Amino acid sequence: MIGIVDYGMGNLHSVSKALERLGATYIVSDNKEKLQSCDGLILPGVGAFKDAMEILNENGLSSFLKQWVEDEEPLLGICLGMQLLFQSSEEHGHTEGLGFLPGHVKRFAGKTRAGDRYKVPHMGWNQLRYLQPEHPIVDATEPGHVYFVHSYVVHANTSDVVVATADYDGDVPAVVGKHHVFGTQFHPEKSSTLGMSMLNNYIRYVAEGRE
Amino acid sequence: MLTKRLIPCLDVKEGRVVKGVQFVDLRDAGDPVELAAFYDEQGADELVFLDISASHEGRKTMIDVVEEVAGTLAIPFTVGGGINSVEDMRAILRAGADKVSLNTAAVLRPALIGEGAAFFGSQCIVVAVDAKWDESIESWRVYTHGGRKPTDWDITDWVKEAVHQGAGEILLTSMDQDGRKTGFDLPLTRTVNEVVGVPVIASGGAGNRQDFVEVFEDAGADAALAASIFHYKETSVEEVKQTLKENGVVVR
Repeated sequence: MIGIVDYGMGNLHSVSKALERLGATYIVSDNKEKLQSCDGLILPGVGAFKDAMEILNENGLSSFLKQWVEDEEPLLGICLGMQLLFQSSEEHGHTEGLGFLPGHVKRFAGKTRAGDRYKVPHMGWNQLRYLQPEHPIVDATEPGHVYFVHSYVVHANTSDVVVATADYDGDVPAVVGKHHVFGTQFHPEKSSTLGMSMLNNYIRYVAEGRE
Repeated sequence: MLTKRLIPCLDVKEGRVVKGVQFVDLRDAGDPVELAAFYDEQGADELVFLDISASHEGRKTMIDVVEEVAGTLAIPFTVGGGINSVEDMRAILRAGADKVSLNTAAVLRPALIGEGAAFFGSQCIVVAVDAKWDESIESWRVYTHGGRKPTDWDITDWVKEAVHQGAGEILLTSMDQDGRKTGFDLPLTRTVNEVVGVPVIASGGAGNRQDFVEVFEDAGADAALAASIFHYKETSVEEVKQTLKENGVVVR
């Protein structure tokens, strides 16, 4: 059973529909006991880092998630949900994140070093490059295009948590992971067959852990 | 590298897809859910659904359509038409749409863009603009109400204001070119692209595959939207992408 963490900041419908199509059983909940009974969690998220952390702190979900990760249970963050896994963000002032992965979240500069302007948000389909092709999330997939929508980007402190990148004024961490904590900056549920394969990989990972 | 996007647009009236040529003369072109799946398979990068229902019932039907589409589609889609409030936006986004597109309501009350962006994030607020060349101001004038009402806004002032308010994307329709099938409005697209830092979707006028090459290469659009050229199978998303690739435009 997958638990989708409902904290009021995300397109839960798309993620749950995607799980349905993949034949996974899931619940959508903000209830810690219900989430605790799941085999793996998905932390979705659309919106601002600061608002998201405030909600997670207020309703105690952040300490729940910290315990969850300490207990070595699987967690997948999507889009903002992935950024929340890192230490902090500069979105609307400095905000502490969940701190499961080493790194910080900063806004795209909107200008290259050479001074050329580029669009922010990074919106649309971008090509992935795999740094860890054997990683459970990208396992048995070919690096193709996936759908991104974000204005802030993760700067990981160590490259070993970066599984795949996309090129947008430099390397954008697209899939991250450390032990049983994973994240995708893009929306796998909106990234056609490749995205669905990665979601399926996560579902399989969760199912294997249960056995 | 970020690819250029092709976006088929489906005009939906009372739950059925129709397409107006220059905003009138509607023809029925099918079932929205079926068409959405068809375009997904063809390699469309996104879809836009424009609700042109006049009635309250029609709008309620749209929510059902959105839910059904969200259940089958694995690519992003935007819903526009008749969205007047944060509540309207919430209903559409909750039903599973990825973005909402605001047009007339945003011009009437620009703060609505900011309210939507604050609640749901800029990335899901698209501002759709209908613009027409106006000799008297030597620029393009913004129109509302499906192109029926001229406003006092000059195109560059309005798109800057929309982005300032929190628009995450501009969907730019040339009323001069819409339905003519003689190509996108390159000067208009270029003008808007130069003044905003968010993605610009060019719309109106696609008549053949080469038109897409031009709007990306010459006008710098981030995405191109078209309806009838795809609906009536004059060309396909696949064929357009092939032509784009042959011309060095990076596509998925």
